Amino acid sequence: MLKSLFTFITASLLLVGTAGAAETVKLALIDPLTGPMAGAGQPALEHLKFEAKRINANGGIAGKQLEIVGLDNKVNPQESLVQLQKAIDSGIQYVTQGNGSSVASALIGAVGKHNQRNPGKEVLYLNYAAVDPSFTNERCSFWHFRFDANADMKMNALTTYIAENKDIKKVYLINQDYSFGHAVSKAAREMLKEKRPDIEIVGNDFHPLAKVKDFTPYVSKIQSSGADAVISGNWGQDITLLVKAAAEFGLDAPFYTYYGASSGVVTQLGDKGVDRIYQINEYYGDFEDPEMAKRQVEMYKETGWDFYYLRLSTMLDMFKKAADKAGSTDPVKVAKAMEGLTLETTNGEVVMRAEDHQIQLPMFMSVMKDDMKYGAEGTDYNFHKVARIEREDVTLPTTCRMRRPK
Amino acid sequence: MSQDMSVPMQPSKSRTSLRGLVPWVVFAAVLLLLPVVFQGNSTAFTLLNVIGINIVFALSYNMLLGQGGMLSFGHAVFFGLGSYAAMHAMIAIDDASYAGEGFWAHVPVVGMPVIGMIAGGLVALVLGWPFCRRAGTAFAMITLGLGEMVAAAGQMFPSLFGGEAGIYGNRMVGPQWFGLELAQSDDVYWFMAFWTFVAVFAMWAFTRTPLGRMSNAVRDNPDRLQFIGYPPRNIRFMIFIASGSFGGLAGGMAAVNYEIITPEALGLIPSGLALLMAAVGGLGVFYGPIMGAIVVTLMNSMLSDYTDASILYVGLVFLSIVMFAPRGLGGGIEQVRVAWREGDLARRLPGWLSGALAVGLIIVGMVVLVEMLFQATHGDDEFAQVLGMEFDAAALWGWLTAAVLVVLGAVIKRATNKLREDQA
Amino acid sequence: MLEIVIFSTLNGILYGLLLFMLSSGLTLIFSMMGVLNFAHASFYMLGAYFAYTLGMHTGFWPALILAPLLVGGLGALVERFGLRRVHANGHVAELLFTFGLAYVIDELVQMVWGTVAVAYREPEYMREPLFTLFGTDYSIFRGVVILISILMFVALWYLLKKTRVGLMIRAALTHGEMVGHLGHNVPRLFMGVFGFGCALAGLAGVIGGPIMATEPGMAATLGPIVFVVVVVGGMGSLQGAFYASLLIGLIQTFFVAIDASVADLVNAMGANLDPYGELGRISLATLAPMTPFILLVLILIFRPRGLMGELEP
Repeated sequence: MLKSLFTFITASLLLVGTAGAAETVKLALIDPLTGPMAGAGQPALEHLKFEAKRINANGGIAGKQLEIVGLDNKVNPQESLVQLQKAIDSGIQYVTQGNGSSVASALIGAVGKHNQRNPGKEVLYLNYAAVDPSFTNERCSFWHFRFDANADMKMNALTTYIAENKDIKKVYLINQDYSFGHAVSKAAREMLKEKRPDIEIVGNDFHPLAKVKDFTPYVSKIQSSGADAVISGNWGQDITLLVKAAAEFGLDAPFYTYYGASSGVVTQLGDKGVDRIYQINEYYGDFEDPEMAKRQVEMYKETGWDFYYLRLSTMLDMFKKAADKAGSTDPVKVAKAMEGLTLETTNGEVVMRAEDHQIQLPMFMSVMKDDMKYGAEGTDYNFHKVARIEREDVTLPTTCRMRRPK
Repeated sequence: MSQDMSVPMQPSKSRTSLRGLVPWVVFAAVLLLLPVVFQGNSTAFTLLNVIGINIVFALSYNMLLGQGGMLSFGHAVFFGLGSYAAMHAMIAIDDASYAGEGFWAHVPVVGMPVIGMIAGGLVALVLGWPFCRRAGTAFAMITLGLGEMVAAAGQMFPSLFGGEAGIYGNRMVGPQWFGLELAQSDDVYWFMAFWTFVAVFAMWAFTRTPLGRMSNAVRDNPDRLQFIGYPPRNIRFMIFIASGSFGGLAGGMAAVNYEIITPEALGLIPSGLALLMAAVGGLGVFYGPIMGAIVVTLMNSMLSDYTDASILYVGLVFLSIVMFAPRGLGGGIEQVRVAWREGDLARRLPGWLSGALAVGLIIVGMVVLVEMLFQATHGDDEFAQVLGMEFDAAALWGWLTAAVLVVLGAVIKRATNKLREDQA
Repeated sequence: MLEIVIFSTLNGILYGLLLFMLSSGLTLIFSMMGVLNFAHASFYMLGAYFAYTLGMHTGFWPALILAPLLVGGLGALVERFGLRRVHANGHVAELLFTFGLAYVIDELVQMVWGTVAVAYREPEYMREPLFTLFGTDYSIFRGVVILISILMFVALWYLLKKTRVGLMIRAALTHGEMVGHLGHNVPRLFMGVFGFGCALAGLAGVIGGPIMATEPGMAATLGPIVFVVVVVGGMGSLQGAFYASLLIGLIQTFFVAIDASVADLVNAMGANLDPYGELGRISLATLAPMTPFILLVLILIFRPRGLMGELEP
C-alpha cells in the first residue's frame, strides 16, 4: 500500500511538471465520472471531447489546441474542491461543471476566492447545467458564466407555452423536496398567476429526493384532482418513475418537465412516454439543420452517447469566439470578451448578457414521439419540437451587481 | 449477541517509560517535515488537508466501533452537524468583523473545530440515550435510521442547512492567530496539522482513561460490566458522546478547509466512508484508522484519474481486507512490529515476503482483468493500460496473462501458507 | 375519495408484497445466521438485470424461473466462499463483508450493463388494463405480480411447515447448535438458506424490475427499507416481516394521499403559520417516504424485539 501511495504522490507531482508545456488550452470537466451518477457526467465528457475535435480542426482556441480533461467529483461539493485544486495545479485555467447546484455553489465560492487570493492566476468557471437562479442574481460572480437557462427562465418559457394553451384549466405541481424543487414550484405558481389568473393550481406536492420507488399514490392523487396538466422539475429516476406510473394508470394529463429527455428516461419509458412527456429545453431531438443532424448521428456512432447537450457545443463555440476576439487565452481577457458576446447557433442568436453572465437564448417545447428518424439512446423514440419560445419571452431581469476586476 | 460483535484486539500493555513518547515525536516530526517535502505543490497540501480531516473522522468513528464495539451507520450526522455549527459561527465572525464589535468579532477562525466539537457532543448528548441500550445490530439499525432522517431533514430546512447549495463562508475573517492567514492550502496545512495532532493525541489519551478502558470492557463483555456495577448503557452513552464530539471536531476542520457545507455531508455515503476507512486501516489498532484514512482518501481523489473503475477498486480492497486481513493494514504492521520486538522477524520474514509477492501478483492480475473488462464493455480507448503496458481486450493473450498472474499468485500463496504452518 | 382509498389499498398491498418477498429471505438469513445481509437488495437488482438479459433470449416466463435460480446459485457461492470464511471473525466482520459486497456488486452491474437504466419492461400483452375503475387503469401485469407473490408465500409456507427441510430450518432458527449436534450439516443448511433467500430477492427483482425501473441505483434506495421491515417485524418472525411489509406499504401510500400539513394542524388550533413556510409545508405526504425510518427508530426505542419477534436483535 505504501508503494501505491508513493505512485500517487509522484504522479501528482508529474501532473504539475507537465503544465503549460505544449501550446494547448485545457478545459477541465469536474463532474461525476464514476459511481451511480456517472450516467450524467460521462455523456458531457464525451460531448466535449467530440466537439473539441471540431474546434481544433477550425483553428483551436486563439490558435491553441483545446484539450478536455475529465476530473471525477462523485457529485460531492467537497471532493469537487479537491479536484478543482488539482486542475489549478496542473495549470488549467478553465473549468466546467453542470451536475448539482451544490457543486456549483462550492465552485463559484472557491473560484472567486482563488482569483481574489491569487491575482494573475485566474480561473474561469463555465457552468453548463446548474440552474439555481441565485448564481446569476444575488450570488453572481465575474468568474462564472452560465450557458444554460436558469430554473426561472425555463419556467418563464414553460408558462408562456401553457398560457397560450387555453385547454389547460387545472395544473398540478409535483416536485422534489429540496431547494430546487421548491424554486420550481414557487416560480410556477407566481408566473401562472400573472399570465393566466384563471388557471387553478389543484395540487402542489413535494416528495423526498431520489427516495420514492413507487409513484402510484401520487398518480392516484393527480388523477382524482382532475388536473389537465402536470408541471415537474424532477430529474433522474424521479421523473422516469413518475411518468411511468402515470402511463400505467392511464393518466392522460401531459407532463411538462425540465428534464424529460435526460439520459435513461427514453429507454425506460418507451411507448409510455409518447405524447405524454414534454420538455422545455434549448434543444429537441430532431434537428432541422442537416449539418447538426449529421453531427448528431456521428457523435452517437463515435461515442455511444446522444447529442444531448447542445449548450456544450454553444459553450465551446463562444469560448473560441471570445478567445479569438481577445487574441489570448488569458482568463481575464476571455471573460471580458465573453461579456455581451453574441453567437449565431442552429437555433438562432444567443447572447451572453454582460450584467449577470447569464446566456439569453430561445427555448423549445418538445414532446416525445415514436418512429423518429433519429431515435435517442438507440431506440425509435425522441423528442419533437412543439413550439419555439423566443428569447424575449424567456429572458428575466437580474438583481446582479457584478464586481469586476480593474 | 453484542458479545459476538467484538473485534479481536490485543490487550494493551501500559508503559510509563519514555519509549511511549517516541511515536508522538515521530508524528510531530512528520507533520513538520511534510511541508518541506511538498513545498510549492498545492495539490499535495489540499490532499494532506483532506487526509487530516479524514484521520480525525475515522479515529472518532473507531472510538465507537473498534473500541466500544458499536457499529454505527450514522456517524456523518455528527461530522455534518459539527461542520454546520462551525460554518454558522464563521458566518457570524464575518458579520461581526464588519461591525467590528460583538462577541464573534473576537473569535478566531482557527478555533472553529472547538465549535464543531461542542456541537457534535451536544447532538450526541441529546439523541444518544435511547440508542445506547443495546450494541450490535440494534445499534447499527437505529443509527442507520437516524442518519436517513437527519439527511432528509437537511434538505427540508433550507434556512438552517442552506438547501442544495448549502451554506458557505470565508475563513479569512476575524482575528488572526499565530499569523495564519489561511489563504492558501499550505497555510491551512498548519491549522490542519495542529488540530490533527491535538485530536489524535486526545483520542489516544482517551483510550488510557478509565472510561476508555471501560469501553473495551463494554465491547468484550457487557454482562460482566453490569455485574460489577457499571451499567453498560451509561458507558456506551459516554463513548457515544465522546465519539460524536470528535466527529464534530473533524466537521469543524472541514468547515474551515472547504468553506462550504451541504446537506449531503449528513448522509449515508459519508457515514459509510468512515466505516470504510476504519475497517481498511484496522479496527483493533489505535493507529489503524489513520492509515485507512490516508489510503482511502488517496484512492478516492487520485485513482479516478487513472481508471474509470476506481470505485470498484475501493470496494475490492475493502472486501479483500475483510476477507483475508481482518485486522487491516494497521494489524499487519503491528504483527511485524511485535515480531521485530521479539526477535522473531528473521524467521518469519521470508513467509511474509512471499505472501506479499503472492498478493501483489493477484492484485496485478485482477487489475488487468478489471481494466480489460471495462474496455470490453465501455470501450473508450482501444487498449486497457496497466502499469504502462497495453492489453487488448479483443485478444486472448491479455486474458491469459491475467489468469496466469492470478493463478501464480494463488499457488505462491498456498505454498506460503504451508510454509507458515510448518513453522508453527 | 373512494377511488383513492381503493387504489391506495391496491398499491400499498402490491408494494408491501414486493417488500415481503425481499424481506422474507433476509429474515431467514438474519435469524439463522445472525447476518444482516447488506447486499440483499443487490441480489434483488441482479434478479432484475438477469431477467432483462435472459428475457431477450427466452422471453418473460422462462426468465421468471431462470433468473432467481441464477441469483440463488450466486448467493450460495457467496456464502460458501466468502461469508463462511469471514464467519470466524464475528458478526461485525460478516456485516462488513456484505457491506463491501453490495459496493462491489453495484459497481459490477454498472460495468456490465452501463450507468443508464435498461429497458426492462413487462411483455406487451400484460400492459393492457385488467380493469378500469373511476378512469384509472390497473394493468394485467400488476395483477400477475400479486398472484405470483401469493403463490410464492403459499409455497414458502408449505416448505417451512410441511417438509423435512422446513423443519430443520425452523429448528435452526432458534436452536442452531442443537441441530448441529443432532448430526445435520449446518454449514450446508446455511448455504442453502442463504442461496434460497437470495433467490427470493432475485424473484422480487424479476417482477419488481418492470414496475420500479431497472437501473444501477435500485439496490441502494431499497436496501435500507428492507432492513426496516426485518427489524420492525421482529427477528426470527416471518409473520412479523409479513405484517411489517404490508404496514409500511400501506402507510406509505396512504400518507401520500392525505394532504394534512403542519400548517393545517396548527392553524386549525388558531395559530397563523405560513402554509408555504419551511415548517408549515411539512405534510404527511412529504414525510411518507421517511416513515419507514421513523418507524424503525421508534420500534427500536420502544419495542426492540419488533412486532412479533421473540428475541431482541
